[in-house]
Amino acid sequence: MPPLEELERAMELILPGEAFKVEYANLLADWAGRPTPMTFCPRLSESLGLGVYLKREDLLHTGSHKVNNTLGQALLAKMMGKVALVAETGAGQHGVATAAAAARLGLEAIVFMGAVDVDRQRLNVERMKLLGARVVPVHDGTKTLKDAINEALRYWLTNQATTHYCFGTAAGPHPFPTLVRNFQAIIGTEARGQFLSQVGSLPDFVVACVGGGSNSIGAFHGFLSDLEVNLIGVEAAGTGEPGCYNSAPINLGWPGILHGQFSMLLQTGDGQIMPSHSVSAGLDYPGVGPEHAFLAKQGRVKYRMVNDAQALGAFRALSALEGIIPALESAHALAYVLKAKDEMPKGSLVMVNLSGRGDKDMDIYLSQKAPD
Amino acid sequence: MSDQTLTQAISKARQKGRVALIPFLTGGYPDRELFWTALTELTDSGADIIEIGVPFSDPVADGPVVAAASLKALELGVDLKWILEGLARAKPKTPLVLMSYANPLVQYAWPKTDPGLALETRLFESLGLLAKDALEAGVSGFIVPDVPLEEAGPFQKAFSQCGLALVPLVGPNTSLERMEKYAPWASGYVYVVSVLGTTGVREGLPPETVQTLERAKKAFKLPLALGFGLRHPSQLQDLGASPDAVIIGSALLKHLAEGGRASEFMAPWLA
Repeated sequence: MPPLEELERAMELILPGEAFKVEYANLLADWAGRPTPMTFCPRLSESLGLGVYLKREDLLHTGSHKVNNTLGQALLAKMMGKVALVAETGAGQHGVATAAAAARLGLEAIVFMGAVDVDRQRLNVERMKLLGARVVPVHDGTKTLKDAINEALRYWLTNQATTHYCFGTAAGPHPFPTLVRNFQAIIGTEARGQFLSQVGSLPDFVVACVGGGSNSIGAFHGFLSDLEVNLIGVEAAGTGEPGCYNSAPINLGWPGILHGQFSMLLQTGDGQIMPSHSVSAGLDYPGVGPEHAFLAKQGRVKYRMVNDAQALGAFRALSALEGIIPALESAHALAYVLKAKDEMPKGSLVMVNLSGRGDKDMDIYLSQKAPD
Repeated sequence: MSDQTLTQAISKARQKGRVALIPFLTGGYPDRELFWTALTELTDSGADIIEIGVPFSDPVADGPVVAAASLKALELGVDLKWILEGLARAKPKTPLVLMSYANPLVQYAWPKTDPGLALETRLFESLGLLAKDALEAGVSGFIVPDVPLEEAGPFQKAFSQCGLALVPLVGPNTSLERMEKYAPWASGYVYVVSVLGTTGVREGLPPETVQTLERAKKAFKLPLALGFGLRHPSQLQDLGASPDAVIIGSALLKHLAEGGRASEFMAPWLA
């Protein structure tokens, strides 16, 4: 498609240039707050018999790893001569990160968000508006992330001359999976260096949650050639009973085509896309980035599942033991470590990518919590 | 060959001194019975080719009317198998083209257990099985709006094996150079999209439609069918454009949803 060709050419021309590299690095450092720390978790480590470390993407400006990508794409769009960004958002984290980057760089932002998500993430809707974005609720289909993507794509088709589609995850049509992965790869590259200097070795396990797959592909990328490092992606199993709605296409789906990608997909026998579910809105997507499908098939990354209740358990555990409230997305990665501690050799060094902070999830936590 | 059926159907209308008419109907819409009635009426009232939309849960290239028709049909349990089986029985005389997003086509015969073949081979083989059934059902070609030039290879190969056309979509943002890349494998006709955006009726057509048609005329030897935003022949006169064929979808679906008959809708185009 012509707008994708235009984007691919712009990536080749603009991204390697000094002007882009310098400004992006400055924005990441001075505005977004990179590098993010690597935090050792003493109490959690002791209780698990492992050495648990967190890559603290939750400490980034706007509260998650999403801003690594939106800053990069916003700057690229500006250098392409675009005046506006269109984006989809599920939990609202990508929407907020897009709105903030757009505000910083003087671009307009329009964010499509499923009507169900608008209701369950009201605080983020208000944050986006405060940052100057126009938020458009989407009432089609399942009224969640996939429908927001459909509507953002339709908007982009019409407004491609002036507008860049700031895609939120390492999925969708080429070149988005590559573009987003390259902006998120800083997570793994930085973490690898920090592990070597702080701990003196590489981790035995790197664990990250997988929805569309941007934080995980970013965390894994820097470790792909370190074959001694086990890479584990954690998909959301939903409520967890057999046949329930879930967000685990690598484990429970098969190959198909959606949103311009040929990847693993939750679908019916005749190729209709299934509704997905996860307690974490950011993982609630029936597809997954194609590079994850490839890494799964190749076997370099293992993909496991964690259900809603297990994620909520990890959400409580990290808060109580380490004083860190994780996003429910990231809590899936942590929950896998709690669940699989006995399968990991005693004393293993485990790095969990803490992709976001959990303040946004307090309403969901309260609604799921048993009364005191 | 079936792909030539499409080209010939358009030439026949041109020889009569009129633009060829290609109405679009979503399969199983307005309901599972009335769809077949509408198909027969379109045939009887002079449609030169009929496009049948395969319902899909996520129709990103469609505006509200076609998207709603697609979801309604899904609720009624319509799928590609139902459409092909019905066509094989009904055997409409008018040449038929299926318009479908990629995934329903890919999944039609996708092996549920991994036979250990390369993904490209599995894709090509399952599309090949689909093409055979489509040919038997009397289908002459396909339009796949979410498969761009770069990914069209397996679709084109599988369809052309059975003599079925793959109709390319080009629009105001498609350069002459890119159209020329489509030309070697395009067959049947060329779907020229009038506007950037989704399907659906618009008041006027944008003036750059004329330039898009001119570029397409240079790049392709096939007839050009103009679509997106059309409702009445006066739009063509206002624009001063003369495509070989017009594709009318949303306006027709809306007319049917309001209880109108397909034949009434077609009348002004044939006058």
